[in-house]
Amino acid sequence: MNEVVNETERLSRQTDEGAQELKASHELVVTGTVWPELEGDGETMIINMGPQHPSTHGVLRVMMELDGETVVRAKPVIGYLHTGMEKTGEQLTYVQGCTNVTRMDYASPIANEIVFSMAVEQLLDVEVPERSIWIRMMLAELSRMASHLLFQASNGMDIGAVSMMLYGWREREETLRVLEMITGLRMNHNFVRPGGVAADLPDGWQHAVLELCDKVEVGIGDYDTLLTGNPIWIERTVGVGVITTEQALALGVSGPILRSTGFAWDLRKAQPYLAYDKVDFDVIYTQNGDCFDRYRIRLTEIAESIKIVRQCVEMMPPGDYRVQDKKITPPPRERIDQSMEALIHHFKLFTEGFRVPAGETYVSVESPRGEVGCYIVSDGTGKPTRMHVRAPSFYNLQSMGPMMEDRLVADAVAVISSVDPILGEVDR
Amino acid sequence: MAEPTAVVDEGASEEFHERPDKPVPTDEVAAALVAKFEGSIFHDSHGQPVVYADRSQMADIATYLRDEEQFTTCLDVTAVDHLTDAERMAVPGVAPERFELVANFISHARNRRIRVIAQVPVSDTTVPSLTPVYAGVNFAEREVFDLFGIVFVGHPDLTRILMPDDWSGYPLRKDDAPARVPVTFKEDPGPRVGGAA
Repeated sequence: MNEVVNETERLSRQTDEGAQELKASHELVVTGTVWPELEGDGETMIINMGPQHPSTHGVLRVMMELDGETVVRAKPVIGYLHTGMEKTGEQLTYVQGCTNVTRMDYASPIANEIVFSMAVEQLLDVEVPERSIWIRMMLAELSRMASHLLFQASNGMDIGAVSMMLYGWREREETLRVLEMITGLRMNHNFVRPGGVAADLPDGWQHAVLELCDKVEVGIGDYDTLLTGNPIWIERTVGVGVITTEQALALGVSGPILRSTGFAWDLRKAQPYLAYDKVDFDVIYTQNGDCFDRYRIRLTEIAESIKIVRQCVEMMPPGDYRVQDKKITPPPRERIDQSMEALIHHFKLFTEGFRVPAGETYVSVESPRGEVGCYIVSDGTGKPTRMHVRAPSFYNLQSMGPMMEDRLVADAVAVISSVDPILGEVDR
Repeated sequence: MAEPTAVVDEGASEEFHERPDKPVPTDEVAAALVAKFEGSIFHDSHGQPVVYADRSQMADIATYLRDEEQFTTCLDVTAVDHLTDAERMAVPGVAPERFELVANFISHARNRRIRVIAQVPVSDTTVPSLTPVYAGVNFAEREVFDLFGIVFVGHPDLTRILMPDDWSGYPLRKDDAPARVPVTFKEDPGPRVGGAA
């Protein structure tokens, strides 16, 4: 009996706390307009959407104040997936670090691996060989394709185009199959490492990659036919979840959401890294900043990625896939069988790691979700003092408030979906 | 030959003493910051412009960057705990404290970045909040508060964001040891009965 009373007490208190939290945050939620003054006796209700809700992409909880079916205020609540990955990152050597960061944005792990590796290389002052740069770039674009295909699938399902779930997933699986062929794993590849990549491209990679490009090209043509002109789709997305460039910039929003507001900002073009200045592609942007535009941008970006991947296949330079610097690169497998020194070297590198000179650096790349940055502080030992990842989803989430305000609950689902948050990198 | 060289050296070192250990900024925005804000010091970190400033000036610097220098976005606010550093990168002219508050800014219009770092002592971890200037650092400052215990004065909603609300301690501080939950195997007598069992 007692337990039951306590249980109800706990539940009601949680709701009250939630209400207060939201009230306290009245001023902080950045909105396009001033919050409307509530008329009458304030017949609003506060509900929690999530953390267990099919449309919340994992464990996102959105606290909403509702006036009937209209969202008056919304506030994302996060932390349900917090596993202390930045703390873990301080206890892993630089060799092991990639296994950690790759699990943050699990839909496009390559971007995280690249940004971590580039930060470590900058601290080490190491130049990686040309071929590894191109391998990284090709993988990054394959990863972007997989991530955007996943978005097409989940976005379609969230808004009611359930068959998109099957189609998007189908093409994504094909992409992951190629990534698996190259890296050995479907996800969490741990393939890009400080000093280059883990292995050279396998035999027959050109054929597999080009075949994939053709398949996905057909796929996105199908999505275009299915969705872009579809009156129901347009009804559900056009003019929904609008955000302006000023709001997006003030909130630190980047990636497709920023580009949907008419602001053509892509780090691949603006501050080229890897070899993005040597390939031909366009930055896709639109003017309206609504859910439909974000869908269009991501769909078209798949085509741009295919363009880059094809150029990578064509222009892939020969040479080494990792830097031949004995300090950070383990000896080749054959040498370990022949030489005891090589064995010791290999053992030391994988148990103690290599030392990185004291210093700090911030490196950023364009992930499918926006600017992913890595801030590493080294104290001259084999493990970083601080390894911080600037996760794009973490900042993009803040745009949910202004996007949902004054819209229907059904639109909130479309908004969550179009922000495309990956809670793994939000909570880290 | 030796004498003139010595004279030149003396002159150089005199000028050096007037502005002790102050590296000349190679970045125009950093130069403007160093000129405008007393006590701030420029540092070139792997080709990236960094300005070390007093923590009380953080909000003013952010306002200046936004209004005068077109730095439209504050990309990131984070912190570093230097308690257990084996070797700490020394920046001449900066008195190191245990915590460092790091803010990354970007100007899209001018396509450049700058990083501002402030020293925060463990005895007084209050810092002016950047939320009035850049609304987007709201989550980031909550995260730094949550994980480092750095208090942002003027933040509208300084609550824990990643850790549970009733958590005590600040996980990313170096003296906050990571907790381990022991693994329980099937044949074990029970969960966490201690070593005696």
